[in-house]
Amino acid sequence: MTETNGPAGPEQPAETTPDETPEGPRRVVGTPPPAQARALLVRPEDEEKPPPERELPSEPDDLDRAKKAEKVVASLFILAMLAGFGFIAAYIGLEVHSLDAVLRSNLVLGLAMAIAFLALGAGAVIWVRQLMPEVELTEARKPLRSSPEDRAAFKETFEEGADASQFVKRPILRRTLIAATVPVAVAPIVLLRDMGPLPGTSLRHTAWRKGTRLVQAVTGVPVRSADFATPGGILTVVPEGYLENDEELAKSTVLLIKLRPEQLEKPTVMNWTVDGTVAYSKICTHLGCPAALYEQTTHHILCPCHQSTFDAARGAAVIFGPAARPLPQLPITTDSEGYLVAQSDFHEPVGPSFWERG
Amino acid sequence: MRWITARRRHPAAGYAVVLLMLVALGGGYAFLTGSGAAAAPVSGPSSESIAKGADLFARNCATCHGLNAQGTSVAPSLIGVGAAAVDFQVSTGRMPAKANDAEQARKPLAPDFSGPDGPANIRAVADYIQSLAGGPTIPTPAELDLSGADVGRGQELFIANCAACHNFVGAGGALTYGKYAPALNQSTPTEIYEAMVTGPEAMPNFANSTLTPEDKRDIIAYVTGKSTENNPGGFSLGRVGPVTEGLVAFLGILFAVILAGMWITAKQHGKTTR
Repeated sequence: MTETNGPAGPEQPAETTPDETPEGPRRVVGTPPPAQARALLVRPEDEEKPPPERELPSEPDDLDRAKKAEKVVASLFILAMLAGFGFIAAYIGLEVHSLDAVLRSNLVLGLAMAIAFLALGAGAVIWVRQLMPEVELTEARKPLRSSPEDRAAFKETFEEGADASQFVKRPILRRTLIAATVPVAVAPIVLLRDMGPLPGTSLRHTAWRKGTRLVQAVTGVPVRSADFATPGGILTVVPEGYLENDEELAKSTVLLIKLRPEQLEKPTVMNWTVDGTVAYSKICTHLGCPAALYEQTTHHILCPCHQSTFDAARGAAVIFGPAARPLPQLPITTDSEGYLVAQSDFHEPVGPSFWERG
Repeated sequence: MRWITARRRHPAAGYAVVLLMLVALGGGYAFLTGSGAAAAPVSGPSSESIAKGADLFARNCATCHGLNAQGTSVAPSLIGVGAAAVDFQVSTGRMPAKANDAEQARKPLAPDFSGPDGPANIRAVADYIQSLAGGPTIPTPAELDLSGADVGRGQELFIANCAACHNFVGAGGALTYGKYAPALNQSTPTEIYEAMVTGPEAMPNFANSTLTPEDKRDIIAYVTGKSTENNPGGFSLGRVGPVTEGLVAFLGILFAVILAGMWITAKQHGKTTR
C-alpha cells in the first residue's frame, strides 16, 4: 500500500496484470489494473472513428449585421462595467446613518446592481443570438451502465481493497469501529429533548384567580364596572400583574364586551356576567389567533385568521367557520370598590384543542 | 381582424400579447378598486340654532330616522347618540345614506351639508340631536391637540384595540355579511375621535371613561402619522404588509422572466440556419 508505482497509465504493458504476476508492480487500491486502464479511457471502437468534421462556421453569414451587434454588445458590457463601478462608488460614497439615507443607499445600490446584471445578461444574449451560428447539434448520450470489463475491474478492486484493509480478518477493529459510530447516530435523537419540556397541565390553567382584577391591555388601568357602561363597548383586558408577561398573555388575554343585559341569552352563564358585561377568552379555539373583530350591531366576534365567528350574546357559540368550540367565558364579578375581578380561572382550557384535552 | 391575423407571426407579436395582458390586468385592477373622493374636514364653528337643525333634520334625515329621530324599521333611533355621531356620519358623507347597505361608505356630502354653509348646517343638526337626549359631544380643539402625543404608545393601543379590524397600519379590512372596517388614511383627527366615542355602524365604542382622551390622542397621532407617511418605492399596495408586496413582486418578476424567456429563445429572423 505504501510503495506505489504512480497511477497506472495507458503506456503500461498490457500483457501483464498483478493477478497473474505477483512480482509485478504494486498498484494503488482504486486504480484499474493496467490491462483495463486503457479500456477505461478510450474504447477501441472510438479509436477507429475518424475525427469529426467541423460543424460550426467560424464567421457569421451577415458581416454587417455582426458588426452592428458587436457594437451593441460592447456598449452593453461597458454599461455593465460602469454600473458595477457605480455600485462600488455608491457603497463607498453614500452615508447610511439615518433611515432615509439607508433607503437612498439601498435604492442606488439596487439600481446599480440591477443595471449591471441586466446589461451583462442582455449583452450575452445578443452576442449568442447575433454573432454565434445557429446550428442544431445532436450529441449521442453514452449508456449509463458501465461496460462488463469496468464492472469486473471494480469488483476485483473492491475485494482486493477489502482484503488489504483486513476489515474482514480483524473483527475487533471492525466491531469497535461500528461501536464508535453508534453514539454519533443516536445523538440527533437525544437532541429532540430540546423540544420539551412537556407542557404538563399548563395548557389547562391561566393566570386568572379568584379576585384578580381585569386591567386594560397596554395601559394596565383596572376597569371599574361603572366606567364600562356604554352598550356596544369592548375592551381587551389582562390579569393584573401580567401586563408584560407575554407568555402568560398568550393564554390569559380576555375580550370584555358590554351588551344590554337583556341581549344576553343562553348558553351564556348569567352568573358570570356583570350587568351585561361578559368576558370571553380572546384566543380563538381554532388555532389560537386573537379573535377580536367585534361587530357591536350583530354582536359577532370574528377571528381574522380563518373567519370563525362567535356570537357574544349567546355564550360565544360558533356560528360560522372552522372553530369547534365556543370561546371560554371567564367568570367575572365586582369587588368592594366596584372594579371588575375574576371569580376564578376559566372552567375549561382556552385556545386551540390539543391531543390530551379530552 | 385581418390585420391581426396577418401579423400573428410577427416577431413582436408574442411580446405585444404579454404586454397587452399586463396593461389589461393593471387597468382592470385600477378600474375595480377606484379611488374615493377627498374628505371635507369640518372645523367647529359656533352653534346654530337648534330650530335650524330640526328643519335640516326633517329635510334630510327624517325619512328614515323618523320625524322626531325616534327611528323606524329601516334606521335606528338617534335619541342619545350625541352630536359627535351626527358630525361623524354627516361630515364624512355616510349620512344621509343612499341605500340601506351593509356598510355606509365615505362619499361626497349631500347638498345641504357641502359648500360654504355645510359645516354650520352639520353643526346645527348635531346641536339638534344633542338637545334631544345628550350623548357624546364633538371633540374640542384641546382634545384634538396632538402636541405631546406619544406615537409609540399610540401604536400599542391601536394594535390592542383597533388593529384587529382596521389593520395594523389602518388599511381597513373585511367583516361579516358585506360589512367592512374602512381604511383610516382619509380620516381627520376629529373623525377618528368621534368614531371612537360613538362607535359608528358595527364598530364598538370606546368611551372616555375607559379609553381616556390621552389614549385617544396617542392613537390619533399614530393613525394620522401612518396616513401621512411616505411609501418607500412609491406605491402603497394597500399598505397591508408583505403579502401584497410579495404578490406584486412575484407577478412583476414573472412577467419579466416570461418576456426574457421569449426573447432568448425566439427564432432569429434574417439569419440563415443550417
